[in-house]
Amino acid sequence: MRAAPAPPRLSVPAVFRTSDILPQVEKALAGERLTFEDGVRLFQSEDVNALGWAANAVRERLHGNVAYYLKNRHINYTNICKYDCMFCSFYRKEGQEGAWLWSVDQVLEHVAPYKDKGLSEFHIVGGVHPTLPFSYYTDMLRALKREHPGVAIKAFTAIEIAYLAELTGKSLGDVLKELKAAGLDMVPGGGAEVFADRVRYKVCRDKADADRWFEVHETAHALGIPTNATMLYGHIETVEERVDHILRLRDLQDRTGGLKSYIPLAYHPDFNRLAKLGAPSGLDALRNVAVGRLLLDNVPHIKAYWIMLGVKVAQLALSWGANDIDGTVTWERIYHMAGAETPEGLTEERLREVIREAGREPVERDAFYNVAGSEGARGNPS
Amino acid sequence: MAKLLDRASEKAAAHERLDFDEGVALLTEGETHVLAALAHKRRLHLHPEPVVTYIVERNINYTNACVTYCRFCAFYRAPGDKEVYVLSHEQIGRKIEELLEVGGIQILLQGGHHPDLPLTWYEDMLRYIKERYPVNVHGFSAPEIEHIAKVEELPVETVIRRLREAGLGTIPGAGGEMLVDRVRRIIAPLKTTTEAWIDVHRTAHRVGMRSTATMMFGHAETLAERVEHMERVRQLQDETKGFTAFILWTFQPENTAMWRYSKLESHQYLRTAAVARLYLDNVRNLQASWVTQGARVAEISLRCGVNDMGSTMLEENVVSAAGTTYALDGPGIERSIRMCGFEPRRRNVYYEAVLS
Repeated sequence: MRAAPAPPRLSVPAVFRTSDILPQVEKALAGERLTFEDGVRLFQSEDVNALGWAANAVRERLHGNVAYYLKNRHINYTNICKYDCMFCSFYRKEGQEGAWLWSVDQVLEHVAPYKDKGLSEFHIVGGVHPTLPFSYYTDMLRALKREHPGVAIKAFTAIEIAYLAELTGKSLGDVLKELKAAGLDMVPGGGAEVFADRVRYKVCRDKADADRWFEVHETAHALGIPTNATMLYGHIETVEERVDHILRLRDLQDRTGGLKSYIPLAYHPDFNRLAKLGAPSGLDALRNVAVGRLLLDNVPHIKAYWIMLGVKVAQLALSWGANDIDGTVTWERIYHMAGAETPEGLTEERLREVIREAGREPVERDAFYNVAGSEGARGNPS
Repeated sequence: MAKLLDRASEKAAAHERLDFDEGVALLTEGETHVLAALAHKRRLHLHPEPVVTYIVERNINYTNACVTYCRFCAFYRAPGDKEVYVLSHEQIGRKIEELLEVGGIQILLQGGHHPDLPLTWYEDMLRYIKERYPVNVHGFSAPEIEHIAKVEELPVETVIRRLREAGLGTIPGAGGEMLVDRVRRIIAPLKTTTEAWIDVHRTAHRVGMRSTATMMFGHAETLAERVEHMERVRQLQDETKGFTAFILWTFQPENTAMWRYSKLESHQYLRTAAVARLYLDNVRNLQASWVTQGARVAEISLRCGVNDMGSTMLEENVVSAAGTTYALDGPGIERSIRMCGFEPRRRNVYYEAVLS
């Protein structure tokens, strides 16, 4: 769904005509594809307002004034993980204080209060547990589908799925087929971190590499399973590595068209081994959203994940290229264990207010970005 | 409207004075990024150096007893309430010593409107502080001064002169809230009127003191009333040149009698800050409110007309009583400033550089 060239009615406001990124702004406005060098320039420029203006113009061309949210619920079924990613505050080793693992029954118990409450999505991610059998994952999906047939299941990052292939000796295709048969509807974008080998070697060397991440997503797309993609920015990556990351996603999308949304994630510094780095700035948050919007001309949605950015920055991001603010969430652990100061959930009413303050029209979506309640929507909106 | 907006944008870009209608047009219809860019341009016009200032200061709230019962306030306790406190000189002294340990040079000394304390109590407190500690007392507010004047049945000017002689250095803009009587009647019916707030600051400026102006928004006011507030501040500044800075923040409704109001997050904050920068062409400095907006939005505001990160606070009792708790110390403020491409510089109350 690469954007068609823009109608020529929008012209660059006078105050941006002296901007150092005017060539990139004009290219984006003309619907031309930006290059690697363009991406680097955009990240390096201090003119975050011109950048925001351009990203917003593209965002409004694609989505008008709509900002999406959904009713969802996170399930972090375990924090026990065989890997030791430097940026992670969430994981524990088996038997370590604070470690948890929910049985399938416990998962059901946790989400039982949400039955028939109009939930659209379960977002299920966890640590890469060293000893759980494959049947645990398929049993969990089946049980959730049985109890909550109207709720879409977005589950397991590429890292978890790659591990399941390793665990079972099956191909990625077979693993994904079995997960899909058990109820998997969509694959979340996590585990992408930063694709560059240099970065992965330093911060998450044990887990699946970039090629494997792409294999999982490409395989999912081939099986008709849509996915998201993330980038965890603000630690040790360079600007060039950010652009490389985003352009690799653009290449994937050119091949498959299976990506629904791109979600830049701000690194959270508390209680992990990269804590000394501190959190990236608010300007960097907006820059990542905006550059994502401008480079990914073929990915329909850019998400300002409020849990990670904070409600305030996520709200601003709705004017810097984002058209989605994620959901009501409730019970989020991964970023809260890294010091996120956001609440662990927001009511639907509050989400709508936050979107309205930004001058946007709140529209509830389902997991697949259909308008909730519309024809073709899945999930069970009330 | 489009024509008005175009004219307003052109005037803003040319650093010309905006009239009221133009201010309203920008705040109502202005494109957010254009507003931010125009405000940043104006900020660079006023402060060409790539520097963002801040002050190492601590808040001290000498009492929470208050007989003004503002509906937006979560901090006050009515006289007789078991949570009422009045700080002793020694308690205040200890707080100042903590400030001096981190290199602080100023206290923001404020409290509720205590029904019984005489002017001499405030004078004694100021003398106690000034005899012992090398700090500027940025203290009280127009409503506190008016309240003391009422308790003592003295003219405002006499109260200001006596407080100044006892050691008061400068006066914060608190109590400005929204300088529109229609709004004040809704949110703070017993508090200082707009005219009285202006008059306290006019008097302070006339006797040679400097002060700041503030605006608390995001409650009962209209967009035009925000500009009306800025207009009142600009008029007095034309007259006296006594304001050093303008500080705006968003109302925090939790635990207040106005809890039903929908809390503003950051979108309106940024737009209003940008328009304030453009409208208040005679007030040199615009402060970020990281206390209500958090460090991340404060950083963003540095590209939106803001040139000062405010103060280190050390303790904050008023906004946190309303459920909002952000914390930034000196190193945290400096890191924020540097990440945004500026050099941090410590300042005093007059915005003069001081050695770190």
